[in-house]
Amino acid sequence: METTLIYDSSFDGFLTAVFTAYEMKLKTVVIVNQQRFQQPLFGSYETVITDQEKANRVWIGLKKKMTANELRRFYYAFLSENPTAEHTIYQAILYVFASKTNVASDFSNAHILEVAKLTKNVGREKHRMEAFVRFKLTKDGIYFANIEPDFNVLPLIKRHFERRYADQKWLIYDLKRKYGIYYDLKQVELITLEFDSNFDPSKTSSDLFAAIELEFQQLWNDYFKSTNIPSRKNMKLHIQHVPKRYWKYLSEKQ
Amino acid sequence: MSFERVQEKLNILADAAKYDVSCSSSGSNRANTNKGLGDASNSGICHTYTEDGRCVSLLKILLTNHCIFDCAYCVTRKSNDIKRAAFQVQEVVDLTINFYRRNYIEGLFLSSGIFKSADYTMERLVAVAKKLRLEENFNGYIHLKSIPGASDELMREAGLYADRLSVNIEIPTAEGLKLLAPDKNRADFIKPMEKVKNEIIQYKSEKKLIKSTPKYAPAGQSTQMIVGASGENDMQIMYTSNYFYKNFNLKRVYYSGYVPISYDTRLPQIGTPVPMLRENRLYQTDWLLRFYGFNIEEILNEQNQHLDLDIDPKLGWALRNLHEFPVDVNKADKRMLARIPGLGMKSVFKILHARRYRQLNWDHLKAIGVSLNRAKYFMICASNQFESRDLTAEKIKGLILQNSKSKYTNMLSNQLNLFG
Repeated sequence: METTLIYDSSFDGFLTAVFTAYEMKLKTVVIVNQQRFQQPLFGSYETVITDQEKANRVWIGLKKKMTANELRRFYYAFLSENPTAEHTIYQAILYVFASKTNVASDFSNAHILEVAKLTKNVGREKHRMEAFVRFKLTKDGIYFANIEPDFNVLPLIKRHFERRYADQKWLIYDLKRKYGIYYDLKQVELITLEFDSNFDPSKTSSDLFAAIELEFQQLWNDYFKSTNIPSRKNMKLHIQHVPKRYWKYLSEKQ
Repeated sequence: MSFERVQEKLNILADAAKYDVSCSSSGSNRANTNKGLGDASNSGICHTYTEDGRCVSLLKILLTNHCIFDCAYCVTRKSNDIKRAAFQVQEVVDLTINFYRRNYIEGLFLSSGIFKSADYTMERLVAVAKKLRLEENFNGYIHLKSIPGASDELMREAGLYADRLSVNIEIPTAEGLKLLAPDKNRADFIKPMEKVKNEIIQYKSEKKLIKSTPKYAPAGQSTQMIVGASGENDMQIMYTSNYFYKNFNLKRVYYSGYVPISYDTRLPQIGTPVPMLRENRLYQTDWLLRFYGFNIEEILNEQNQHLDLDIDPKLGWALRNLHEFPVDVNKADKRMLARIPGLGMKSVFKILHARRYRQLNWDHLKAIGVSLNRAKYFMICASNQFESRDLTAEKIKGLILQNSKSKYTNMLSNQLNLFG
């Protein structure tokens, strides 16, 4: 009998589902995000209510089984939002808990290897966002950036920007997932925004942004051109490093 | 800050600085302090890439392109008829801060033509770094050029504000330098490098005793050599590189394929292709020395003074040393695993972990990401299928080239046609 456990799409929700599977001694489990859930033809399904305590117990259990670096991979893989991520991570967790020794880096196990691959993809996207965020100074003195990352990396890049831009107000907004992180010189908060219907995130409108903003964008675009060596042109390499889907919010690529 | 004036200067002085290939922003440990601006404690970040595929990590500019020297290979040479410009200290500070606040860059890479004297120039470079650190509380990355001939006192001060210092030796051989830059000599380059090296050692040892000792050039020193401007061979380049790595504790040596910028008959003429493939092979060799445990003599020596263009240097070494193979991936030590063609250090890491749990076979290795097309001739694993023919080096090379498509295929056939 297959049991489907539905969770609320948070990481704690997922861990609660894992806890539930163990608690109820379920044999065959499918863990599915409520946004992706479709009523199955066979088997039963159940909605799991996120429980911080249960989630922590699973997390601490994992922690005892592996190094901090290995543990981090499970969270990264989850943020990939890959349709099979829950399955992969759950299977990897079963394998880890079933073994007496630490097997979290057993790359000959297909699920462990897949977790490592998802982690690599998410890590790359995190790094890309640390690179491709382009702040624009608003009239209210906030450095504002919008992004549309492939994976849900805002939780991962928060610390990086917090440490780096400690003396300016900034806001990074994920347009795809409709939430952002805002730093008010004291702390970082999660926020959601309502955008005006004529707001174009790829433009720098002079209604919203400071006058000097366009000047610095111009200087940056000039710099980008000047620093290129035409006789070494290599567009394939260029696109490999800066894939086209990121171009729309990079002013130097307009 | 007048926008038009700065814009014009930026165009001239960024264009003049672009032949310096270093754009690294990694290796420092300068964290954000007192809620200031910036943090250079992480690994480097490339904020964008130019259309030639090079990383843009720093605002890389010259303070001025006025220069009293006339080095043939340099676009800023005195006799070249180009537009000249000079930034004021404050203009560079403003540009850096404003680019940094917008997350365009990791920091500043400031170089300069030499005007009046070495000390006069170095003093101004140091003034920019000092202002950024002390007045703007800027903790981003700063890379300053060490100006050959600058005084020890200035070099000491430079290291207190900069994360990295570099002095480019540019021409790999002393004879080449004499021909192309008769006003310069090796000793002038080496003196500031030696000074910085000694200061780094001294500050590090003091830091162990007194915690409050300030940082001194925490990201170390680097240098650059131009490839293909003075007829040098790969062995000369890499032995020079090795000498500088060993004797001056350099973090990096960069290799810059010469971009023809002059009709000077001592140099390759304008229109000559940039030797990008050769440059790539030199970088691969550099990696083998720094991360794969190779000695330079194993790769380049009197019998092999040039790197192969059609295959990578590790494969070249393996083909000359077939007696070391095949390697058993389930038993071999890390050093030997790293020597198998087609295995990168990431695969080596995964193999070392995975083989603790079971004997690895071809499927495991493929899933891990080993490039079996090359590796299969040099290794055995938990499988009774392995290369059993007694193949010659020539034959293996042929089979590998037949079954692989190099990103350099086009360039390679062009470059080989030149020789054929």
